[in-house]
Amino acid sequence: MVGPKRKNERYYRLLARTIMLVVIGVSFVPLVLTNGFILNQFGTAYREKIYEHLDELVQKHSQNIDGFLTDRLGDIRVLSRSYDLWELNNETFLRRRLSLLREEYGGVYVDLGLIDSQGIQAAYAGPFRLTAADYSAAEWFQAVLAREYYISDVFMGLRGSPHFIIGVKQHFQGRDWIIRATIDFEAFNSLVENIHIGRTGFAFILNRQGDFQTKSRKEVLLTREPYSEYLKSGADPKKTTIVEGIDEQGVESIVAMAPLKGGQWLLCCQQESADAFASLRRTQILALFAFIISGFGIVVVAFLLSKRMVSSLAQADQEKSVMNEKVIEAGRLASIGELAAGIAHEINNPVAIMVEEAGWIEDLLEDEDQTNEENQAELRRAAIQIKTQGRRCKEITHKLLSFARKTDPTVHEVNLNDLLADVTSLLKQKTRYANVKIETNLNPNLPLVGASPSELQQVLLNLVNNAIDAVDNAGGGSVTLTTRTNKNSVFIEVADTGPGIPESDLNRIFDPFFTTKPVGQGTGLGLSICYGIVNKLGGDITVRSQRGVGSVFSVRLPITGPSTQTAGESPSAGEPTRLPISDNTLKEEC
Amino acid sequence: MNQIVVLLVDDEVPFVEAMSRRLTKRGLAVMPAFSGQEALNKLTSKEGERIDVVVLDVKMPGMDGLETLDAIKTKYPLIEVIMLTGHGTIESAIEGMKKGAYDYLLKPSDMDLLTAKVNEACTKKRQHETRIQEARAQMIALRRGD
Repeated sequence: MVGPKRKNERYYRLLARTIMLVVIGVSFVPLVLTNGFILNQFGTAYREKIYEHLDELVQKHSQNIDGFLTDRLGDIRVLSRSYDLWELNNETFLRRRLSLLREEYGGVYVDLGLIDSQGIQAAYAGPFRLTAADYSAAEWFQAVLAREYYISDVFMGLRGSPHFIIGVKQHFQGRDWIIRATIDFEAFNSLVENIHIGRTGFAFILNRQGDFQTKSRKEVLLTREPYSEYLKSGADPKKTTIVEGIDEQGVESIVAMAPLKGGQWLLCCQQESADAFASLRRTQILALFAFIISGFGIVVVAFLLSKRMVSSLAQADQEKSVMNEKVIEAGRLASIGELAAGIAHEINNPVAIMVEEAGWIEDLLEDEDQTNEENQAELRRAAIQIKTQGRRCKEITHKLLSFARKTDPTVHEVNLNDLLADVTSLLKQKTRYANVKIETNLNPNLPLVGASPSELQQVLLNLVNNAIDAVDNAGGGSVTLTTRTNKNSVFIEVADTGPGIPESDLNRIFDPFFTTKPVGQGTGLGLSICYGIVNKLGGDITVRSQRGVGSVFSVRLPITGPSTQTAGESPSAGEPTRLPISDNTLKEEC
Repeated sequence: MNQIVVLLVDDEVPFVEAMSRRLTKRGLAVMPAFSGQEALNKLTSKEGERIDVVVLDVKMPGMDGLETLDAIKTKYPLIEVIMLTGHGTIESAIEGMKKGAYDYLLKPSDMDLLTAKVNEACTKKRQHETRIQEARAQMIALRRGD
């Protein structure tokens, strides 16, 4: 069996843990909710801001690049409209025009050429020998013929280096001619290459087939999926799209895509997510750090608080336990006081007999013939009677002393029948003069219960004494003491044929200081102490009463195994001791 | 003078026996009774006519001293009753005095004092009886004179 101290330690440990968990829970839940909400709101707002920034950036650059292409197309269209065929068909003229363009725009223009409707380059100005080159099979050539003007994708072409073509169709002398300019890839590429976003952001251009139209600053790019899907879906050429994904090296990246060249090309700005959201990540880390510090603080405070609370509680329990003992002791003394008158009378009778017998001996000794055999026999008889009455006195004082000695809260196995016998013996004299007949209906096979004998004796004495008083007030009757048992409990019933308890008093009889006895004859503590003691033993006490018929007080005590614990020491683990005089939540049956 | 007859009433048998012996030794005739009802029975019996004084314990089971006193005084107003009481029931003894008891003594009492009280009570009772007898005789004489 677990000792009470260990049981208490376990109870207090459990209590401390519960308090700690409650404090932590109560503190953490709002902290987590508030922090989570704020962080989420901040994250969303920050993400939107980053998206907006990227959107703005990619749109600005796409407008720049579109502007560049439009300007170059404009140059060639102006060239085609400003001069006649004979001028444009003159390579010297073309060289001069190329030279002027290069002066104006640096190395953007690589060459210029005039191509007839069969795709044969009639005139050429540039670093390559491409006069009479046949472009009839070139895709861009077909496209220019079909659309008046065209800007091609980047391709290697006849020269074997990346470039793209701006071609403008012009009608001279009844035939279609094409003025063609080659744009330097490096010059165009620098437009995109100079786009820097954060620490890791770069840009590139894709065509509708997903081929790169510029050099990438990085070898590693996103998997093509986002672009392919975007391109396949026939994306809105006026709308910017931002996607997040994992690149081929497994790095999380964010890509903003804006259409170029009327949706034929796609300007993509790619940045590592960690770089794009660096501030957000820093805030998250800071918040996490603050959360950990706060959490640590909460746990420490909860630990110290619960420890201090439980320590105070344990001290209060200890004080309450001491107070309980004092209250029980006070009740016991009050009971002794109430019993004193009866006991005094009980002891007075044998004393009176002894005095009379002693007086008789004196009488006999005054006789002249002291050797008279009859006198001798009388003397012996008187001496024996004095001894007998002396023993009677001793028994009475022993009975009283056995009850009056200090309350011992140590729990033993107690036979309730024996205790009832002690109590009825103590009240024998009172019973005799009060016209009360004590009837017993005791179960001889009553199991033992674990209780403090002196405390339980006090309970029974109070109940039986009250029953005798009730019957005496009714002018006589009987008090029936019954013990019985069921599987888990032992029951003691004290039934009287007294006047019964008024219904209005039934709720209050277990209240401390409630008494219906005249002033000086009752403290009003008896039943409240009984209630406290029985409750402490894990049992309960109930009363049912009917006016004019009597009352029955029933005490239920749990059957326990052998133990020698101290009941008054402190509360048990499952149910802390309740101060008897402050507890009146009894069950009642009327 | 006829021997004084005392009815000694107490529920404690050894006490009644011891008192009886001592009172007898002092020249009194003692009739024991161990309850109020028994005392009334004794008074009603033939030999009860001789009883002069009742020494009555206050606290007795069943019919207590005061009830017995009431019954005695109702039926036998001339018989004097001396109450015997412990400290705890002294109020009852005083109550008894109001109800017509001759006196009360605390238990255990001094035998000489008790004997003296019994003698006084008996004298009073017999004086009452003598006066009644004289009054009766005078009434008879007066009737004859008529």
